[in-house]
Amino acid sequence: MRDATAPGRSLLIPFWLTYAFLYVPIAVLVVMSFNSSDNPFAWDGFSLKWYGELANNEPVKEGLLNTLIVAVGSTAVATVLGTLLAIGLHRYTRSRALEAAALAPAIMPDIVLAIGLLAFYSMISMTLGLHSVLLAHVVFSTAFVAAVVKARLGHVDPSMEEASRDLGAGAMSTFMRITVPSLAPGIVAGALLAFTLSLDEFVIAFFTNGPSSPTLPIVIYSMVRFGVTPEINALATLLVAVSFTAVILAQRSSRLTDAV
Amino acid sequence: MTSLHEAHDGVGERSTRPSESSLLVIKDLRRTFGDVVALDGVSLDVARNEFFAILGPSGCGKTTLLRILAGFEHPDAGSVELEGSNLLGLAPNRRPVNLMFQSYALFPHMSVERNVAYGLEREGLPKSEVRKRVADVLRTVDLTELANRRPRQLSGGQRQRVALARAIVKRPKMLLLDEPLSALDKKVRAEMQRELKRLQHEVGITFAVVTHDQEEAMSMADRIAVMHQGTVQQVADPVSLYRNPANVFVADFIGDSNLLAGTRTTNGVAVTGLGDLPGRGAVAEGSPATLMIRPEDVKLSDAGSLRGTVTDVQFYGGTSTLAIDVGHGLPPVLSAVSGTSPAAPGAQVTLTWAPDDAVILHGETSPPTVPPTIHEENQ
Repeated sequence: MRDATAPGRSLLIPFWLTYAFLYVPIAVLVVMSFNSSDNPFAWDGFSLKWYGELANNEPVKEGLLNTLIVAVGSTAVATVLGTLLAIGLHRYTRSRALEAAALAPAIMPDIVLAIGLLAFYSMISMTLGLHSVLLAHVVFSTAFVAAVVKARLGHVDPSMEEASRDLGAGAMSTFMRITVPSLAPGIVAGALLAFTLSLDEFVIAFFTNGPSSPTLPIVIYSMVRFGVTPEINALATLLVAVSFTAVILAQRSSRLTDAV
Repeated sequence: MTSLHEAHDGVGERSTRPSESSLLVIKDLRRTFGDVVALDGVSLDVARNEFFAILGPSGCGKTTLLRILAGFEHPDAGSVELEGSNLLGLAPNRRPVNLMFQSYALFPHMSVERNVAYGLEREGLPKSEVRKRVADVLRTVDLTELANRRPRQLSGGQRQRVALARAIVKRPKMLLLDEPLSALDKKVRAEMQRELKRLQHEVGITFAVVTHDQEEAMSMADRIAVMHQGTVQQVADPVSLYRNPANVFVADFIGDSNLLAGTRTTNGVAVTGLGDLPGRGAVAEGSPATLMIRPEDVKLSDAGSLRGTVTDVQFYGGTSTLAIDVGHGLPPVLSAVSGTSPAAPGAQVTLTWAPDDAVILHGETSPPTVPPTIHEENQ
C-alpha cells in the first residue's frame, strides 16, 4: 500500500547517480592511498606506507608550509576587507554596477586574474614570491567574503544599529558590539570559504609566484609530471579531509551562531 | 461647550503655548522627502508624565516625527525643545530620550539581561549599579526568570517586555514607542495595553506612542494628536476627540460615524432629500457643512422625520449594528443598539437623535476616506 500523496520515486535514481558521479573518483583516490603496491592503479593490500613517505618528503612539507602561510594570511586580510566591502555596499550605495564590480573577482576566470596581476606586478617592478601570491589570493577571496557577508546583511534588522545608538553607544562601539556579532555567521562562513579556496588554488599561484617558494598545488603538479605515484593519492586524501572539515565547520558555525 | 473649545485648540491656534509643565515643545517642524511632504508645520506640546499618543493613518508623518525626536532624522525647519533646551543638536546616543522600536530590535546574540544592561554599560556606570538596576527593572516587567534566555527563545509579548525594560532602565526623560503593540496578537495586545499604562504610572516616565490603531491610542493615552498628511488635525483627550471631532477627517478616523453632507441651517444641516437634520456646532449659516452622528446615538423610534429600510444587521454579542438605507443615493445610516436588534432586515424604521449628539462640522462635501487596509499595511 503506497501513500497516494507521497512524491513519486522516479527521481530517486538520478539523485543517487549524481552523488555517485561526484564522489566515486574521490572514493577511489582515498582507497588507493592506502594501497601497499607501487602501482597506483592495482590494489595489493592495506598500508599506511605512503603517508609515511609523505611525512619525509621535504618539498611537500615546504609546499604545505608555504600554502598555509598564503591561505592564513590572505584569509585574514580578505575577511576584514570583504566584510567592510559588504557593509559599505549595503549602507552607501544602491548601484548595481558597483555591486557587480565588487563581486566580479569571485567569478572571473582565474587565468584573467592571474595574467592581470602578473602584468601589474611587473609594471610596478615588484619581486615575486609568497607575498605576491598572498596579495593575489586576497583579491578573489575578498570578493567571496563580501558576497557571503552581503547575503547575511539582508537578514539583519537594520533598526538594531539604531537601537544601539539610541541606548547610548557611539558609532564605533555599535559597529564592534552589534554589527560585527550579528554578521558573525556570514563572516565565519566567508573566511572558511576563502581559506579552502586559497588552499588548492593553482593558476593564480603559478603565475604570481617566484621560483623559490612553491605552494603545495605547484609542488603536486611538478610531482605528477613524472607520473602519478600512490604518494600523491595520500596527499590528495589529506587535502580532501581538510576541505571537508572546513565545509562542515562553516555549516556548523552558521547554524550555531544562528541558534544563539 | 467648554469641551468643544478645548477640542478645537489644536487646530485653531497652530502655535502652541509653552506652559510651565511642558516637557517637550515642538514648533513648526517641516520635513520633505523629495516631493513628499512628511511634516508640514507640526507643533505639539507634551506635558510631564503624560501618556501622549500620535495617531494617524500610514504616511501621515507620525513615524518621521518620532524619528526626529529620537535623532535618526533631521527636520528641514522647526525646533524641538526638551525641558527648555534644544534637542535637535544632540546625536541620538546623547539624547535623554529612548525609543522602543516597532521590531523591538533586540540584540539576538545577547541574553535578556545583557540586552537590558547594554544601555547602562554604555553610560559607564559601575558594575554593581548596573546589576542592581537591571535586576530591578526585570522585576518590574516580570522577566526575572527569563534573564538568561536569548531573545529568540521568547514569545512576542516577552520580547516586547524586554524592549521596554531595555528602554526604561535608562530612565529617559521621555520614552518613545513606535507602534508598540502591532507585532502582537489580539489577546496579548489587550494585556500589554494595560501593562504599558501600569508601567507608565509606576516608573513615572513621559510616554509618547505612535500608532495607526485608534483603539490602542484611545484606550491608553491621556491626550492624542491626530495627524493627517503631515499636519496635526486635532489634539485632545480621547473623550473630547470622540464627542467633538474638529473636522470630518477626525470624525471619520476615530470610531464609527455617520457623516451627512449638506448646508448649514439655523438648527442643523439641510441634506438633499432628507430635509433639515438637527445638530450643534459653530458653522456659519448657509455654508457647506457635514453632520456627524455616532451610531450609538441614532435611536429607532416611532416619532421622527428620518425614515429608512433596514438592510443589514450585525450582531456583536453586547451590541448590534443596523445599517439603514435612507434612500437618495446616500450611504446607509448606522445605528448601534445594545443587545439584539429590535428590527429585522427589510423592516421600515424611523430614526431620531438628540440635537446635542450630532456635531456640525465644516463642510467637505465628501469625507476623506480612510483606506480600510491600514491595519494590514502596517503589519
